[in-house]
Amino acid sequence: MLASLPVSGPDHPSLEGSWLPRLEALLASGLGAGADLVEVFLERTDHLGVLAEQDAITNVSPSFGMGAGIRVFRGERDGFVSTNDLSSQGLNQALEQALGMLGLTPGSAPTRGFEGLGSLKDFSIPKVDWLERCPSLAEATAKLLEGTARLAKHGDHLQARRSSYSRDWQNVLVAASDGTFARDIRLHQSLGLNVLAADGDHRAGLGRRYGTTDSPDDLRQWDADVAAQDVCASAGTMLYADYVEAGQMPAVLANRFGGVIFHEACGHLLETTQVERGTTPFADMVGKVIAHEAVTAIDEGLSEGAFGSLSMDDEGMEPQRTVLIERGVLKRFLSDRAGELRTGHGRTGSGRRQSHAFAAASRMRNTFIAAGPHTPGQLIASVDRGLYCKSMGGGSVGPTGQFNFAVEEGYLIEGGKLTKPVKGATLIGEAKEVMPRISMCANDLELAAGFCGSVSGSINVTVGQPHIKVESITVGGR
Amino acid sequence: MIDNRLNPQALSGRLEQLAAAAGIDQWDLGASCGTDTSVQVDRGEAKQMKGAQRSAITVRVWNESGLVGITSTSDLSDPGLERALSGAHAASAFGNAEETPAFSPLATAPLVKLEQPLHDALPILTLLDTLEDAERQLLGSHAAIGTVPYNGLAQRSSERLYLNSDGACRHQSLTTASIYLYARAQEAGRKPRSSGAVRLAYGPGELDIAGCIAEAAQRTIAHLDYAPIETGAYTCVFSPEAFLDLIGAFSSMFNARAVLDGVSLSQRDSLGQSLAVPFLSIRDNGLHPGNIGASLFDGEGTPTSPLELVEGGILRNFLHSEATARAFGVPPTGHAGMGAKVSVGPDWFEIGATPGSGGGQQGLNRFSHDAPVVVIDSLSALHAGVKASQGSFSLPFDGWLVAGGVSRSIEAATVAGDVRQLLQAIIGFEGETKVTPDGLCPHVWVEGLSITGEA
Repeated sequence: MLASLPVSGPDHPSLEGSWLPRLEALLASGLGAGADLVEVFLERTDHLGVLAEQDAITNVSPSFGMGAGIRVFRGERDGFVSTNDLSSQGLNQALEQALGMLGLTPGSAPTRGFEGLGSLKDFSIPKVDWLERCPSLAEATAKLLEGTARLAKHGDHLQARRSSYSRDWQNVLVAASDGTFARDIRLHQSLGLNVLAADGDHRAGLGRRYGTTDSPDDLRQWDADVAAQDVCASAGTMLYADYVEAGQMPAVLANRFGGVIFHEACGHLLETTQVERGTTPFADMVGKVIAHEAVTAIDEGLSEGAFGSLSMDDEGMEPQRTVLIERGVLKRFLSDRAGELRTGHGRTGSGRRQSHAFAAASRMRNTFIAAGPHTPGQLIASVDRGLYCKSMGGGSVGPTGQFNFAVEEGYLIEGGKLTKPVKGATLIGEAKEVMPRISMCANDLELAAGFCGSVSGSINVTVGQPHIKVESITVGGR
Repeated sequence: MIDNRLNPQALSGRLEQLAAAAGIDQWDLGASCGTDTSVQVDRGEAKQMKGAQRSAITVRVWNESGLVGITSTSDLSDPGLERALSGAHAASAFGNAEETPAFSPLATAPLVKLEQPLHDALPILTLLDTLEDAERQLLGSHAAIGTVPYNGLAQRSSERLYLNSDGACRHQSLTTASIYLYARAQEAGRKPRSSGAVRLAYGPGELDIAGCIAEAAQRTIAHLDYAPIETGAYTCVFSPEAFLDLIGAFSSMFNARAVLDGVSLSQRDSLGQSLAVPFLSIRDNGLHPGNIGASLFDGEGTPTSPLELVEGGILRNFLHSEATARAFGVPPTGHAGMGAKVSVGPDWFEIGATPGSGGGQQGLNRFSHDAPVVVIDSLSALHAGVKASQGSFSLPFDGWLVAGGVSRSIEAATVAGDVRQLLQAIIGFEGETKVTPDGLCPHVWVEGLSITGEA
């Protein structure tokens, strides 16, 4: 059986008093075993998921939890152990297991000087009441039912209407033997609206997600009517759309979620995890041209309310604004503690993880291509025959730099004008080839919320860009 | 190691006491716990070594109005269980009166016995040595293979539990192990290519590591000589893995939950109608010996059992939870999750020719076929390129163009179509059925699929 869990945890008012001696003992024990660095990540979570379908609440799924992740470094090696058992015995066993992975045992090395944890950097102070300030379950269910009702009002041929709400509250504490001692509360809320329109053999499934961080009133402020109109307009258009004709062609990608192209085609390849694996073609390209001079790309964790913003990363470091590419020239990689150790690229406050069950890794935050000088209309007018991608689905990148992403809502560009809607397009390419082909950027930069799955789990991010033009890309279709 | 074994009797007793104190008469519970260890390597060095101890529990309660609420937690302490019960009771106020789950009538039915031997965990440094050796062999198998960027060797010991206030008590212990090796190869002046293989077993000592190395090497090397393909319509040969991935992505066709929600390509009256060519059978069989780590029961305690989905091209059955089965007037099939709204999903597919049907065209062989064929070895980005409720797909793939008996890897391409048309365009099978981690299937030939290439 599991040992009893302590009643106090990272969110307990007496945090320093209850955890400080235990953490310092753990860290000292790890160093005393011969580790170069020991890091403890403590977490408490509180989640609420609600689903409305048609005109009823069909699922309410609350959950809560706690856990710890202990990581030990020796040289460039590391061992990581996660546990739900936050008792002293549980944490000590986890530490011993992590040490054992590196051939270390507690007390086996001369005690090294552990100078204790630094003063607590407490980013959570202004956030302690956020969970209580979030909408109640009754408020959330009412808002979601308003969402599905608005879909019914604005949509035609809707076979299924769904609205969903997810609220994730996370209280984290990071302590490391280099003195790092930091605490934070994170709050992420997201809303989804989805429809399936059907008329005979014609079908169109469309959805939108809206997400914010650190905004307890987010759901209350959500304009369900505007969101429903947006989704229904797209579904109505795409219901009777033809499948896209496949081939190589220029493409104009809309702002907001169009930024998935940079996220998949380049962003992942600028994470030091990819440098470590030898899977990025850009590993030795810092200071060299890797993209068209129209492209400046940034990753940051600072934009207020953006889904990928954070007060500190999951290694206790405050986020930065990291210029990745400036006028086509590669400037920096995104790096975490292990990335800095193994590749030499300095940390950027990008060490992120889904939960205590994952070791932090270098990951994107709010990642976007900067605005350019053109209007969206100028980009479209510059294309004689091509594809306009108004709304994008998900995508991925493979170990050789080949990327792909799906187009949810597309239109043909003919003679510099948008003509008929088309569906079923998947864009594919290789990072090294497509980045020099992004030749025009418009002046309408916007961000969009999303989730990114990778080596350290699923995390909240934003993608973004202004309208951009890609001179040529492979459009998969029929 | 941390002792985190589940004790069904003790947990049931604690829940009974806590529920009684809270005035809750009807409840059920799903729980799991386990320990994992895994290693990754990078060119002869340990890249990461991981261990995990995890526990999770979902409590479901019925309130005085008969409405259902749930709460999940990783906190199995008494305060944690108490809070979970309280949260589930609060959530039940928002339960769906139009569709309330009940206990499965099969939650106490006998379970089959499977041969699932339990293995002791190996020391993590032994796993590391094993994986370093596997990486070394793979790197040494061909000069062009420079790295194995994605690799891992893992072992897991886990337990699952289902209890309810009517006395149902399901418990399963399991050990499993896995290895995956994805190599990256590159020849001078050419683009890098990548492929790999995976193996599962009940313990790390049982893994077919040599087979995994050989398959990863063979698949990777087979992509080194590549060329772009012209866009057009081709006869395609799906590998067993690719066809199983595609059918899995469209499994809402067989899912009663999706049918009731109006998001399936099938309707209630689709049973008995033609879905595919008259020689295709699709069966869900979580109990097949090839399904390493098979669950003996689903999230509602219903026993896992085989179910004919498609026979002779005719849709025969849907996958069910208790609630969907009640709505259709049939028994639950053992494919439920657990929740206030219970999800439904497949276990493990067996795909092949319907016995006695002839199995379509005979003697299909890509190397002796008159016209060029595209072999689809593996599909990518199914999460983005499959529109399950629409039936359409547009997916990047790795594969080969086989023409005149010669096979050449395709540089980069997508395959697109409609799954309903695809199922009616199958012309036959090639070779023997292959057991994969996701099911059992032969190579499947399909006519007239759209391939987009870069030629």
